[in-house]
Amino acid sequence: MPNGLIAAVAIAFLCTARITAADTIYVSNEKDNTVTVVDGKTLEPVKTIPVGQRPRGILLSKDAKSLYICASDSDHIEVLDLVSDKISRTLPSGADPEYFALDPSGKLLYVANEDDNLVTVVDIDRGEVVTEIPVGVEPEGMGISPDGKYLVNTSETTNMAHVIDTATRRVIANILVDSRPRRAVWTADAAQFWVSAEIGGSVSVVDAAKREIVKRITFAVPGVPTEAIQPVGIAITRDRKLAFVGLGPANRVAVVDAQSYEVLKYLLVGQRVWSLAFNPDQSRVYTTNGVSNDISVIDVASLKVIKSVPVGQAPWGVVSRP
Amino acid sequence: MSSWRHATLLMVILIVAAALAPAASAGEETVRIGWLSQAVKRSLPLSYLDQPPQDEGIQGARLGIADNDTTGHFTGQSFILAEAIVPEDGDVAAGLRELTAKGIRLVVTDLAAPELLSAAGMPEAVGITFFDTGSASDRLRGEDCRANILHLLPSHAMLADGLVQYLVAKRWQNLLLVVGHGDGDREFAGDIHHAALKFQARIVQEKPWTFIPGARRTDTGHFAIQAEVARFTQGISYDVLVVADEGDEFGDDLSYRTFDPRPVAGTQALVPTAWARPHEQWGATQLQERFLHRAKRWMTDRDYAAWMAVRAIGEAATRTKSADPAAILAFMRGDRFELAAYKGARLSFRSWDGQLRQPVLLADARSLVSVSPQPGFLHQFSELDTLGIDKPETKCRMG
Repeated sequence: MPNGLIAAVAIAFLCTARITAADTIYVSNEKDNTVTVVDGKTLEPVKTIPVGQRPRGILLSKDAKSLYICASDSDHIEVLDLVSDKISRTLPSGADPEYFALDPSGKLLYVANEDDNLVTVVDIDRGEVVTEIPVGVEPEGMGISPDGKYLVNTSETTNMAHVIDTATRRVIANILVDSRPRRAVWTADAAQFWVSAEIGGSVSVVDAAKREIVKRITFAVPGVPTEAIQPVGIAITRDRKLAFVGLGPANRVAVVDAQSYEVLKYLLVGQRVWSLAFNPDQSRVYTTNGVSNDISVIDVASLKVIKSVPVGQAPWGVVSRP
Repeated sequence: MSSWRHATLLMVILIVAAALAPAASAGEETVRIGWLSQAVKRSLPLSYLDQPPQDEGIQGARLGIADNDTTGHFTGQSFILAEAIVPEDGDVAAGLRELTAKGIRLVVTDLAAPELLSAAGMPEAVGITFFDTGSASDRLRGEDCRANILHLLPSHAMLADGLVQYLVAKRWQNLLLVVGHGDGDREFAGDIHHAALKFQARIVQEKPWTFIPGARRTDTGHFAIQAEVARFTQGISYDVLVVADEGDEFGDDLSYRTFDPRPVAGTQALVPTAWARPHEQWGATQLQERFLHRAKRWMTDRDYAAWMAVRAIGEAATRTKSADPAAILAFMRGDRFELAAYKGARLSFRSWDGQLRQPVLLADARSLVSVSPQPGFLHQFSELDTLGIDKPETKCRMG
């Protein structure tokens, strides 16, 4: 009898697992110079791929056949072929690329060059730098609007979100946010972009048309010093019902009602949580935990952390491939 | 012909610029910051490796101006540093007058405590705010505090607290304190006593360092030192030797030479400091690289303090959208001010003594060991206020 029950539970579990996830997760490990591949079904690491020096930001190509990797200390972008799991080519990026955004056409990359106060525009097919756009001190966050018309870049020491018109490639608006802005993430309806401020401890919700801050979201976790609340990664559901915010050394992900901006819950994840990514059907959020060297898996329906998966040293970026 | 036209044009521009200059100070978007320092002939450190740079401090201020200007490009503000560097035997008062004559109200200083106090007391100093980036003196933040001085470097008390918190967290609670002859050494030693009381460490013994090795660099000199340090530390039961030697006269000679194998911390070996070469957390790599690129040398704690002073002014100018020194200062001293300075915390000025609250790094020459406050040292308002002199115990009475 108990055996039968266990078998039934196991079958039920396997079925759910098969239905909810068939993705592959890629994690860049800043210290190891590797990318860890995690099977979305079993949630086990399956492969470690050596890449360039200090890999940080990662992105999937539009056809999901390649992974673009900011190899910061190699001063270029690498293209990882996801069939052979080998670096197939490198792209110029300007010095010290940290983070980037892919144009919706899939043809251009917008790269933040932390050391040079520039955003570099790279033509992927031609493998050439098209132009450079001067921005504030230490550019980092890059968010492109769903229609590709506007790029939002944050500069960490200037404390601004710069709105760049991608047609003219000029800065057309500057929005002052709290200290050390890290990420700029658009809502799927293109009505807003959200900007996290790591030292300011807040997320500013910006009305994309008016280019004004409509809400400044702050966080408070009982028993955690306010200094440790350092928002970085943001993931907003397509229906704009929920937003997830990685709070750095607070070791929590805040779940925010993206309509009322109320913080609903804090989920305990690994240490120093930075980047967040949904799986393709948005039933899960993956988080990179840079100090505990793992990723946490959040179940969106139940708002619970269901697993942590060990990866390489200092995991930085994460993407999920269908 | 064309060069003549150029010259005329240039002259016209200069005349117009001169005519506009007074208007600019009245609230147009140029923020003018003064730099006042005095060259000090410092004794050579014990280690030949780290010679004091000639341009220490000011390089940090210049980088701060460049960073502010990049932001100002988007906000319509520009930043100018007017530099008054007084020679060793020169007159600091004249240097200050040179700056005030230009209408400058915000002055970043790298001066010793007595020179800073006399400058801040001059009639010309009325309405001037000084940003002290050269002194860690507790007195300057306590009995001798002035309402018109803000302090960017951590005080001796903050450094001592940062170190002792770490030693207590490691459960290395029994300290042998070795003190040099300088005023700063005695002040730092007093702070170690205070920190030990506060965080429950124990000073098992305090000993002055009196041995003068003489011709240290001659061959075989090291045998004498090795024997002396062993004798000096023999028969004492302790966990860590804490040294107070700001002048770098003997502190580097203690490690590996004690009678029992014990680590050394304080002004040498494991050092509590505002900034350190090995620090690359929280984006610090970017500041280290910007500085290295510009100055062709590593950033010191005084360069960092000067950078923070200029950045604090820039940050307040950006937030208030103003170049008016009064508006800048009001914001800077208020609750909403926060400075991001690569130490993973919001930095702001303590209302009771003008000290910038900040984490303290603990580093040796090659690695960052830890950053205080240590986890578990709690405070009702800010964990950063577990470091240094808190409001209830301040001796500062600003009048």
